[in-house]
Amino acid sequence: MAIEFKPSPSLPPPVNSVGAVAWVRQNLLSSPLNVFLTLFSFYILYLLIPPIIEWGIVGATFTGASKADCTGDGACWAFIGVYFKQFMYGLYPSEETWRINLALILLVILLGTYAVKTVNKLYLSLVILVVYPVIAYFLFAGGVFGLEIVETSLWGGLFLTTLLGVVGIVASFPLGVLLALGRQSKMPIAKSVCIVFIETIRAVPLITILFMASVMIPLFLPEGMNFNKLLRVLIGITLFSAAYMAEVIRGGLQAIPKGQYEAADAMGLTYWQSMILVILPQALKLVIPGIVNTFIGLFKDTTLVYIVGMFDLLGRIQAATHDANWLGMTIEGYAFAGFIYWAACFGMSRYSMRIERKLETGHKRN
Amino acid sequence: MSDQNSSSIKNFLNDAGNRALIFQALLLAVVVFVGYYLFSNLQANLADQGISTGFEFLNQPAGFPVLIHLIEYTEANTYGRAFVVALINTVVISLLGIALATVIGVVMGLARLSNNWLVARLATVYVETLRNIPLLLQMFFWYFAVLATLPIPKNSIIFGDFFLNKRGIYSPNPITQDGFGIVIAGFILSIIASIALVVWAKKRQTRTGLWFPAYWASFGTIIVITFLALVVSGFPIEFDLPQKSRFNVTGGMVLPPEFVAVLVALSTYTGAFIAEIVRAGILSVNWGQTEAARSLGLKDSLTQRLIVLPQALRVIIPPLTSQFLNLAKNSSLGAAIAYPELVAVVMGTTLNQTGQAIENIGLCMLVYGTLSLSISMFMNWYNKKMSLIER
Repeated sequence: MAIEFKPSPSLPPPVNSVGAVAWVRQNLLSSPLNVFLTLFSFYILYLLIPPIIEWGIVGATFTGASKADCTGDGACWAFIGVYFKQFMYGLYPSEETWRINLALILLVILLGTYAVKTVNKLYLSLVILVVYPVIAYFLFAGGVFGLEIVETSLWGGLFLTTLLGVVGIVASFPLGVLLALGRQSKMPIAKSVCIVFIETIRAVPLITILFMASVMIPLFLPEGMNFNKLLRVLIGITLFSAAYMAEVIRGGLQAIPKGQYEAADAMGLTYWQSMILVILPQALKLVIPGIVNTFIGLFKDTTLVYIVGMFDLLGRIQAATHDANWLGMTIEGYAFAGFIYWAACFGMSRYSMRIERKLETGHKRN
Repeated sequence: MSDQNSSSIKNFLNDAGNRALIFQALLLAVVVFVGYYLFSNLQANLADQGISTGFEFLNQPAGFPVLIHLIEYTEANTYGRAFVVALINTVVISLLGIALATVIGVVMGLARLSNNWLVARLATVYVETLRNIPLLLQMFFWYFAVLATLPIPKNSIIFGDFFLNKRGIYSPNPITQDGFGIVIAGFILSIIASIALVVWAKKRQTRTGLWFPAYWASFGTIIVITFLALVVSGFPIEFDLPQKSRFNVTGGMVLPPEFVAVLVALSTYTGAFIAEIVRAGILSVNWGQTEAARSLGLKDSLTQRLIVLPQALRVIIPPLTSQFLNLAKNSSLGAAIAYPELVAVVMGTTLNQTGQAIENIGLCMLVYGTLSLSISMFMNWYNKKMSLIER
């Protein structure tokens, strides 16, 4: 008679080696030091979180038209509501703000068209880079088709911040590529011109460049010829970030193996052909994180225009917190501005990570 | 004949060397022409507006106060002296900021790698929050939202001999008495002795293999000798304690709110960037290195100090250098909250009073250029010292 072998069912693993308990043991309480660190972290959280919730949500006032409406002992978000238009558009006349919104919607539609497969991407890019800026400029500044003229000194708030950021980014990119190629070139004069430009700009803070743009440029122009402060500041910001961009792109150019250059030469490509068709596509892909970091830095640096007397988002908030009717609203104002900047920069950095993964074609060594 | 001519021109143009020559000649011509054009405009404009040129203004009395000055300065002093005061303020805040930011960065970078889940998350939140908010906004926050809301001097917050109010942080100010020279001499002597000790220990270890706790020993030497010198000279230090009168706090050492705000904002902001650099540097060291060190029998602290850190530093130093440079340049944002550093004093007040934009902005750019150059030279030297010696 055969005895059937029947293993008894295996016991469940000990409670403290799987599940939540094990996780806590491993990640929070694995050593005396870790126990201490966990307790310390909880203490910090205890110090930070309840007061912030109490101030920002529980005790806060969300609606109202004046400071008198803020009766709670927490934040007074009514302040943001009252000034919201100024924070977004600066002193742009409120019956004209539809022009800014329209330009924004147009841009979103154009960018969305990239997703349509049948559209020629080259033409679309040309429309966005050449036609759109002209339309946007006339929408913002007015003066044609019966649009009321709006002085650039009235432009402000998040609108100005975005404008400075986007124009700076778009204009500095080609300039940065040219400077990087110049710095890598074998022509001694072109090379030294590029090196002097890049290193001079990188050695000084952006403020000095902005001061130069707002104070010194008029001195260098012939009598009677002068241009708008916004344009001068834009030139300053563009030159500044172009120098940084050039260094990032140079890193990419240096990372391309010599064989690629030689192969392009052997194919009989001209310098520009080999750069545009062979080297730059590879080099730029390598340095996407660096380029996006430069963009993020530029976006944050646009706040500096406040120092030369332009009222971007931070400038408008600064002005609003000094309003005699709304004194003591500094934390609310800064929290609002901080959140907008944070969301934009954090979003950009996450987006760059996504592009990086998407463009990853398996050439990466490691 | 003409056919031949045109083909020889074509040949000439088809030669890459010739084309490079022509292109560069054109570039040079453009640069020189633009430079000359701008310069001649400048001269005409300066003559028109009656702005004097040159650096004579540096010897004229400035006539404006500089609130924070580490050397003697009054309104009767010259612009030149005001410039030096501002320069010192910039250098001091940059160096202090670099030191603090490095400490914060290393702590936060290590915390992000901690195997304690909560600590790693908190450090991540710190880094991602501070990195993504403009420095100027953070400076405004510390200055206008935190320090400006402190109580007036009458209601100062008191911790022992420290006072905290709207006008700054007041702390006891050490004042040296006669005989402090002995203490300084003792301190220098102990440092020399400890260097000798370290050198001797290293030599002995290479010769005999015997290990000596040279760093602990020299630390002890410095403390003991300095303390002995203090005892011998009879503690020649007195503290000037801040005193609270009815409406004000007097005496002691004052850290003005502008200084505190700039320092805190600069070091926490740059610290967040340094944390990422430190983390990436440590992650770049192959795990096999740690395993190899362990199988050689090195204990954890030695593994970190002798194996991981030296290799991580090679990756860390170059980006760290550029963060230090950024910090030094970002100290110029102090101008926005009236910390009297270079930009505020030279490109602000002096420029407004003298109208000499070119000289003042040029002076500023020169100083920042020199500052950047010296930091990067020092870091390059350090990098060379740390870099892999390949055989």
